[in-house]
Amino acid sequence: MDIGFMLIAALVSVSGVAAVSFRNLVHCALSLAVCFAGIALLYLNLGAQFIGFAQAIVYIGAVAILIVFAILLTRSSEPDADSIWSSGRRWGIALALAFVVALFGGLSEGLDKTGGRNEVTVKEIGHLLMLDYLVPLLAIGVLLTSALIGAVVIAMDDSNEGGNGE
Amino acid sequence: MNELTMTLGLAGLLFMVGLGCVLTRRHAIGVLIGVELMLNAANINLIAFWRFGEATNLHSGVLFVMFAIGVAAAEAAVGLALVLAVYRHYKTVSLDKVEALKG
Repeated sequence: MDIGFMLIAALVSVSGVAAVSFRNLVHCALSLAVCFAGIALLYLNLGAQFIGFAQAIVYIGAVAILIVFAILLTRSSEPDADSIWSSGRRWGIALALAFVVALFGGLSEGLDKTGGRNEVTVKEIGHLLMLDYLVPLLAIGVLLTSALIGAVVIAMDDSNEGGNGE
Repeated sequence: MNELTMTLGLAGLLFMVGLGCVLTRRHAIGVLIGVELMLNAANINLIAFWRFGEATNLHSGVLFVMFAIGVAAAEAAVGLALVLAVYRHYKTVSLDKVEALKG
Protein backbone atom coordinates (compact mmCIF):
# COMPACT_ATOMS: atom_id res chain seq x y z
CA MET A 1 0.00 0.00 0.00
CA ASP A 2 1.55 3.27 -1.02
CA ILE A 3 1.97 6.27 1.23
CA GLY A 4 -0.04 8.50 -1.11
CA PHE A 5 -3.21 6.49 -0.58
CA MET A 6 -2.71 6.60 3.19
CA LEU A 7 -2.34 10.39 3.20
CA ILE A 8 -5.41 10.83 0.97
CA ALA A 9 -7.45 8.43 3.10
CA ALA A 10 -6.50 10.34 6.25
CA LEU A 11 -7.42 13.67 4.60
CA VAL A 12 -10.79 12.37 3.36
CA SER A 13 -11.69 10.76 6.69
CA VAL A 14 -10.73 13.72 8.87
CA SER A 15 -12.39 16.33 6.66
CA GLY A 16 -15.49 14.13 6.23
CA VAL A 17 -15.92 13.77 10.00
CA ALA A 18 -15.26 17.50 10.40
CA ALA A 19 -17.91 18.31 7.75
CA VAL A 20 -20.64 16.63 9.81
CA SER A 21 -19.58 17.69 13.30
CA PHE A 22 -18.84 21.43 13.16
CA ARG A 23 -21.38 23.62 14.88
CA ASN A 24 -21.14 26.48 12.40
CA LEU A 25 -22.53 25.47 9.00
CA VAL A 26 -20.02 27.61 7.07
CA HIS A 27 -17.22 25.57 8.60
CA CYS A 28 -19.10 22.40 7.62
CA ALA A 29 -19.32 23.58 3.99
CA LEU A 30 -15.61 24.44 3.85
CA SER A 31 -14.66 21.05 5.35
CA LEU A 32 -16.93 19.44 2.76
CA ALA A 33 -14.97 21.23 0.00
CA VAL A 34 -11.72 19.87 1.46
CA CYS A 35 -13.29 16.39 1.56
CA PHE A 36 -14.30 16.69 -2.13
CA ALA A 37 -10.74 17.77 -3.00
CA GLY A 38 -9.41 14.69 -1.18
CA ILE A 39 -11.79 12.46 -3.14
CA ALA A 40 -10.62 14.08 -6.41
CA LEU A 41 -7.03 13.30 -5.39
CA LEU A 42 -8.11 9.72 -4.64
CA TYR A 43 -9.52 9.37 -8.18
CA LEU A 44 -6.24 10.70 -9.61
CA ASN A 45 -4.35 8.23 -7.41
CA LEU A 46 -6.55 5.39 -8.70
CA GLY A 47 -5.80 6.24 -12.33
CA ALA A 48 -9.14 7.84 -13.22
CA GLN A 49 -7.84 11.25 -14.30
CA PHE A 50 -10.97 12.35 -16.15
CA ILE A 51 -13.22 11.54 -13.18
CA GLY A 52 -10.80 13.30 -10.83
CA PHE A 53 -11.00 16.55 -12.75
CA ALA A 54 -14.77 16.21 -13.24
CA GLN A 55 -15.08 15.74 -9.47
CA ALA A 56 -13.02 18.87 -8.83
CA ILE A 57 -15.05 20.97 -11.28
CA VAL A 58 -18.53 19.71 -10.38
CA TYR A 59 -18.22 19.23 -6.61
CA ILE A 60 -15.70 21.84 -5.46
CA GLY A 61 -16.68 24.35 -8.12
CA ALA A 62 -20.45 23.94 -8.13
CA VAL A 63 -21.95 21.88 -5.28
CA ALA A 64 -19.85 23.35 -2.45
CA ILE A 65 -20.49 26.90 -3.70
CA LEU A 66 -24.21 26.10 -4.01
CA ILE A 67 -24.26 24.94 -0.37
CA VAL A 68 -22.49 28.14 0.72
CA PHE A 69 -25.10 30.20 -1.16
CA ALA A 70 -27.94 28.24 0.45
CA ILE A 71 -26.42 28.91 3.91
CA LEU A 72 -26.22 32.60 3.00
CA LEU A 73 -29.80 32.81 1.72
CA THR A 74 -31.33 30.99 4.71
CA ARG A 75 -29.34 33.10 7.21
CA SER A 76 -28.03 30.01 8.99
CA SER A 77 -24.38 31.05 9.28
CA GLU A 78 -24.88 31.86 12.96
CA PRO A 79 -25.05 28.67 15.03
CA ASP A 80 -28.35 27.90 16.72
CA ALA A 81 -28.79 28.56 20.38
CA ASP A 82 -30.01 25.00 20.96
CA SER A 83 -28.36 21.74 19.91
CA ILE A 84 -27.37 21.03 16.29
CA TRP A 85 -28.52 17.42 16.67
CA SER A 86 -32.09 16.35 15.99
CA SER A 87 -34.42 14.78 18.53
CA GLY A 88 -34.03 11.24 17.17
CA ARG A 89 -30.23 11.20 17.18
CA ARG A 90 -29.86 8.06 19.31
CA TRP A 91 -31.60 5.96 16.69
CA GLY A 92 -29.54 7.60 13.98
CA ILE A 93 -26.21 6.87 15.66
CA ALA A 94 -27.29 3.30 16.44
CA LEU A 95 -28.36 2.70 12.83
CA ALA A 96 -25.12 4.13 11.41
CA LEU A 97 -23.02 1.98 13.76
CA ALA A 98 -25.05 -1.15 12.94
CA PHE A 99 -24.55 -0.42 9.26
CA VAL A 100 -20.80 -0.04 9.56
CA VAL A 101 -20.50 -3.22 11.65
CA ALA A 102 -22.38 -5.19 8.96
CA LEU A 103 -20.34 -3.59 6.16
CA PHE A 104 -16.93 -4.16 7.69
CA GLY A 105 -17.95 -7.65 8.77
CA GLY A 106 -18.45 -8.51 5.11
CA LEU A 107 -15.32 -6.65 4.10
CA SER A 108 -13.08 -8.38 6.65
CA GLU A 109 -13.28 -11.61 4.69
CA GLY A 110 -11.31 -9.80 2.03
CA LEU A 111 -11.64 -9.66 -1.73
CA ASP A 112 -8.72 -11.64 -3.05
CA LYS A 113 -9.83 -12.03 -6.66
CA THR A 114 -8.45 -8.83 -8.04
CA GLY A 115 -7.14 -8.35 -11.53
CA GLY A 116 -4.52 -5.93 -12.69
CA ARG A 117 -4.75 -2.18 -12.67
CA ASN A 118 -7.10 -0.91 -15.33
CA GLU A 119 -6.25 2.28 -17.17
CA VAL A 120 -8.46 4.46 -19.32
CA THR A 121 -7.58 7.38 -21.57
CA VAL A 122 -9.72 10.42 -22.25
CA LYS A 123 -9.88 9.38 -25.90
CA GLU A 124 -11.48 6.06 -24.95
CA ILE A 125 -13.99 7.85 -22.69
CA GLY A 126 -14.87 10.17 -25.56
CA HIS A 127 -15.41 7.25 -27.94
CA LEU A 128 -17.58 5.45 -25.37
CA LEU A 129 -19.67 8.56 -24.68
CA MET A 130 -20.24 9.30 -28.35
CA LEU A 131 -20.93 5.71 -29.45
CA ASP A 132 -22.04 3.25 -26.75
CA TYR A 133 -23.39 5.71 -24.17
CA LEU A 134 -24.88 8.34 -26.49
CA VAL A 135 -28.49 7.84 -25.37
CA PRO A 136 -27.66 8.06 -21.62
CA LEU A 137 -25.59 11.18 -22.33
CA LEU A 138 -28.55 12.86 -24.05
CA ALA A 139 -30.87 11.69 -21.26
CA ILE A 140 -28.64 13.23 -18.60
CA GLY A 141 -28.56 16.47 -20.55
CA VAL A 142 -32.36 16.58 -20.55
CA LEU A 143 -32.42 15.61 -16.85
CA LEU A 144 -29.98 18.39 -15.88
CA THR A 145 -31.87 21.00 -17.89
CA SER A 146 -35.26 20.07 -16.43
CA ALA A 147 -33.85 19.77 -12.89
CA LEU A 148 -32.25 23.21 -13.04
CA ILE A 149 -35.41 24.82 -14.47
CA GLY A 150 -37.39 23.05 -11.73
CA ALA A 151 -34.98 24.30 -9.07
CA VAL A 152 -35.42 27.87 -10.29
CA VAL A 153 -39.22 27.48 -10.26
CA ILE A 154 -39.20 26.00 -6.73
CA ALA A 155 -36.91 28.69 -5.34
CA MET A 156 -38.66 31.57 -7.12
CA ASP A 157 -40.09 34.18 -4.81
CA ASP A 158 -43.85 34.25 -5.39
CA SER A 159 -44.80 36.32 -2.35
CA ASN A 160 -45.74 39.42 -4.41
CA GLU A 161 -47.64 37.48 -7.04
CA GLY A 162 -50.37 39.61 -8.61
CA GLY A 163 -48.94 42.68 -6.94
CA ASN A 164 -48.26 44.34 -10.29
CA GLY A 165 -51.94 44.59 -11.14
CA GLU A 166 -52.76 46.86 -8.25
CA MET B 1 -5.24 -6.59 3.07
CA ASN B 2 -5.07 -5.52 -0.55
CA GLU B 3 -5.69 -2.19 -2.21
CA LEU B 4 -9.27 -2.98 -3.23
CA THR B 5 -10.24 -3.78 0.35
CA MET B 6 -8.57 -0.63 1.64
CA THR B 7 -10.39 1.58 -0.87
CA LEU B 8 -13.72 -0.09 -0.11
CA GLY B 9 -13.04 0.41 3.60
CA LEU B 10 -12.49 4.13 3.06
CA ALA B 11 -15.73 4.34 1.06
CA GLY B 12 -17.60 2.46 3.82
CA LEU B 13 -16.27 4.83 6.45
CA LEU B 14 -17.34 7.85 4.40
CA PHE B 15 -20.79 6.32 3.86
CA MET B 16 -21.16 5.74 7.61
CA VAL B 17 -20.25 9.36 8.35
CA GLY B 18 -22.77 10.56 5.77
CA LEU B 19 -25.51 8.25 7.07
CA GLY B 20 -24.92 9.36 10.65
CA CYS B 21 -25.07 12.99 9.50
CA VAL B 22 -28.36 12.49 7.63
CA LEU B 23 -29.98 10.76 10.60
CA THR B 24 -28.75 13.07 13.37
CA ARG B 25 -28.35 16.63 12.10
CA ARG B 26 -31.16 19.06 12.86
CA HIS B 27 -30.36 21.55 10.10
CA ALA B 28 -31.67 20.79 6.57
CA ILE B 29 -28.44 21.90 4.87
CA GLY B 30 -26.47 19.67 7.25
CA VAL B 31 -28.60 16.74 6.07
CA LEU B 32 -27.85 17.63 2.44
CA ILE B 33 -24.11 17.64 3.25
CA GLY B 34 -24.54 14.07 4.54
CA VAL B 35 -26.32 13.03 1.33
CA GLU B 36 -23.43 14.39 -0.74
CA LEU B 37 -20.94 12.40 1.35
CA MET B 38 -22.95 9.19 0.79
CA LEU B 39 -23.10 9.76 -2.98
CA ASN B 40 -19.34 10.28 -3.08
CA ALA B 41 -18.77 7.07 -1.11
CA ALA B 42 -20.79 5.14 -3.70
CA ASN B 43 -18.72 6.69 -6.51
CA ILE B 44 -15.47 5.65 -4.80
CA ASN B 45 -16.79 2.05 -4.75
CA LEU B 46 -17.46 2.12 -8.50
CA ILE B 47 -13.99 3.49 -9.27
CA ALA B 48 -12.34 0.94 -6.94
CA PHE B 49 -14.05 -2.02 -8.62
CA TRP B 50 -13.20 -0.63 -12.06
CA ARG B 51 -9.53 -0.11 -11.14
CA PHE B 52 -8.85 -3.41 -9.38
CA GLY B 53 -11.49 -5.64 -10.98
CA GLU B 54 -10.83 -8.62 -13.16
CA ALA B 55 -12.39 -7.31 -16.37
CA THR B 56 -9.95 -5.43 -18.58
CA ASN B 57 -10.92 -2.97 -21.32
CA LEU B 58 -14.36 -2.60 -19.78
CA HIS B 59 -14.76 0.97 -18.65
CA SER B 60 -18.35 0.90 -17.40
CA GLY B 61 -17.24 1.92 -13.90
CA VAL B 62 -15.81 5.21 -15.10
CA LEU B 63 -18.88 5.99 -17.20
CA PHE B 64 -21.18 5.10 -14.29
CA VAL B 65 -19.36 7.58 -12.06
CA MET B 66 -19.64 10.28 -14.73
CA PHE B 67 -23.40 9.86 -14.93
CA ALA B 68 -23.68 9.62 -11.13
CA ILE B 69 -21.85 12.95 -10.80
CA GLY B 70 -24.32 14.50 -13.25
CA VAL B 71 -27.34 13.18 -11.35
CA ALA B 72 -25.82 14.28 -8.03
CA ALA B 73 -25.38 17.81 -9.36
CA ALA B 74 -29.07 17.92 -10.34
CA GLU B 75 -30.00 16.51 -6.92
CA ALA B 76 -27.99 19.17 -5.09
CA ALA B 77 -29.61 21.98 -7.08
CA VAL B 78 -33.16 20.71 -6.48
CA GLY B 79 -32.46 19.90 -2.81
CA LEU B 80 -31.11 23.34 -2.02
CA ALA B 81 -34.00 24.97 -3.89
CA LEU B 82 -36.38 22.95 -1.68
CA VAL B 83 -34.49 24.16 1.40
CA LEU B 84 -34.99 27.75 0.22
CA ALA B 85 -38.72 27.13 -0.36
CA VAL B 86 -39.08 25.58 3.12
CA TYR B 87 -37.22 28.51 4.67
CA ARG B 88 -39.51 31.01 2.94
CA HIS B 89 -42.65 29.18 4.12
CA TYR B 90 -41.71 28.23 7.69
CA LYS B 91 -39.04 30.91 8.41
CA THR B 92 -36.81 28.11 9.71
CA VAL B 93 -34.81 25.20 8.32
CA SER B 94 -34.66 23.22 11.55
CA LEU B 95 -36.07 19.82 10.69
CA ASP B 96 -37.56 19.35 14.17
CA LYS B 97 -39.79 22.40 13.63
CA VAL B 98 -40.98 21.52 10.11
CA GLU B 99 -43.65 19.05 11.19
CA ALA B 100 -46.79 19.84 9.20
CA LEU B 101 -47.18 16.16 8.27
CA LYS B 102 -46.57 14.85 11.80
CA GLY B 103 -49.31 12.49 12.94
